[in-house]
Amino acid sequence: MTKPKVAAIEGWFTTGDEPKLLASRGATTGSVFFPKSLAFSRNPAAPAEELEETTLGRRGRVWSWTTNHYQPPAPYISPEPFVPYTVVAVELPDEKMVVLGQLAAGDDPDTLSVGAEVELVLGTLFEDDEAERLMWNWKLV
Amino acid sequence: MSAPEGVAVLGVGMHPWGKWGRNFVEYGVVAARAALDDACVDWRDVQFVAGGETVRNGYPGYVAGASIAQALGWQGAPVSSSYAACASGATALNAARAQILAGLVDVALVVGADTTPKGFLAPNAGERGDDPDWLRFRLLGATNPTYFGLYARRRMEVFGATQSDFAKVKVKNARHGLHNPNARFRKEVTEADVDASPVVSDPLRLLEICATSDGAAAIVLSSLDYAKSKGAKAPVRIAAVSTVTPTYPNTVIEMPNFATDSAAAVALPERTFRDSIAYAAYEQAGLGPQDMSLAEVYDLSTALELDWYENIGLCEAGQAERLLNDGDTTIGGRIPVNPSGGLACFGEAVPAQAIAQVCELTWQLRGVAGERQVEGATAGISVNQGLFGHGSSVIAVR
Repeated sequence: MTKPKVAAIEGWFTTGDEPKLLASRGATTGSVFFPKSLAFSRNPAAPAEELEETTLGRRGRVWSWTTNHYQPPAPYISPEPFVPYTVVAVELPDEKMVVLGQLAAGDDPDTLSVGAEVELVLGTLFEDDEAERLMWNWKLV
Repeated sequence: MSAPEGVAVLGVGMHPWGKWGRNFVEYGVVAARAALDDACVDWRDVQFVAGGETVRNGYPGYVAGASIAQALGWQGAPVSSSYAACASGATALNAARAQILAGLVDVALVVGADTTPKGFLAPNAGERGDDPDWLRFRLLGATNPTYFGLYARRRMEVFGATQSDFAKVKVKNARHGLHNPNARFRKEVTEADVDASPVVSDPLRLLEICATSDGAAAIVLSSLDYAKSKGAKAPVRIAAVSTVTPTYPNTVIEMPNFATDSAAAVALPERTFRDSIAYAAYEQAGLGPQDMSLAEVYDLSTALELDWYENIGLCEAGQAERLLNDGDTTIGGRIPVNPSGGLACFGEAVPAQAIAQVCELTWQLRGVAGERQVEGATAGISVNQGLFGHGSSVIAVR
């Protein structure tokens, strides 16, 4: 039986064919915040502005990256044996912000460079008894 | 605001860094007594105690000021405990300094001590779905060295830094710390040694990332009048303490965040957060980078030390490798950086570290640093940054 695929964290991103990160945007200033927070604006010039849900652009450019060769401590859930993974920092052109994510499975970190274009996709972070837990990944375009 | 007259560093002391496996309070007591002896101040005369907190040692760690005051023997002085991650020591120092500058007390003890587990620093235990420090491990596997690796790779891509440049930082600091009795690692390291160590977070290798250590540091701080009454005619003085936070939007990715602020709606501040930390200290002291004889910077990684050269104004962006390779930042050079050996030789004892930096500045300015002495030192700066937006920079002068 195939396990259901569910987001590893609720309310941070949409699933489906064109996944997007869920963010909040100030109705007055247009300030964007990720992860989404509808409780308050962190723009000090607009403490009272209303916040609405928005999504972030799916494409950006690599700011930097690193591949981890040591198994992190809990609460990271590691495959056994441990498999190195790459964390990419990506600049989003419209939002003018940098968002981290793991590099999509199958992409070779040796082919990364600053400025390379990447797109948001979904990947399996880990599996537990109930489900395959999904996270966003960055994939080279 | 005018530059305050300053406060005196009457005494400094440390418990050597290592992996001793004992309670942090024991280290704190050793460091505090050493600082009190150095200052010729009786513990019972101390009027205020400022502790740097450690979250890893449970409740006594959260109330470090009181834990150490109790261990030294209750004598009634008010206490404070400060948590600002790696910058906790500077925040504690600033709490004591403010009391003295306000005229509320004449003499204070500042102390930070820690006991650390082996391996990666990890978030607090339990299911903590609203704690970004827990989530970054769970969802990204973003350890502390992950962020260091991102900065290091960025330096290579943008400025053409090489892994050999990074390794040379370790070689320099290892040599600086060789004769430091408080350092944990006292051994020459070659570039080949660095190259032979395993990659942790590419491009950084094990010998380029600071270890976690046990250790403690303490300072007896006083008003200038009190120092004079103790016969200290020209004590080392604290000319500035900067504990700034970022200015929105902060667009450099930092622990433990998943994303930066957005610069779409609000223009970038004049300075990046890291640039603003030392800048605030220079402004307060009325001094500039050109006035500094030495610097103690927070080399969580070799590459990060190079970033700091630029952040504290020792050179323009992209010039740090040149400064290093010209020998400017080696003892004997124009502006020695980390003459103590830095984190490369100490490893990190979080709440003690910013205090330890000031101990080194003090020994250097007194001219008693022995084989690692920076000749003729008259002013020094320390800089450090703690998780969650804590800046820390201290300028000491003589």
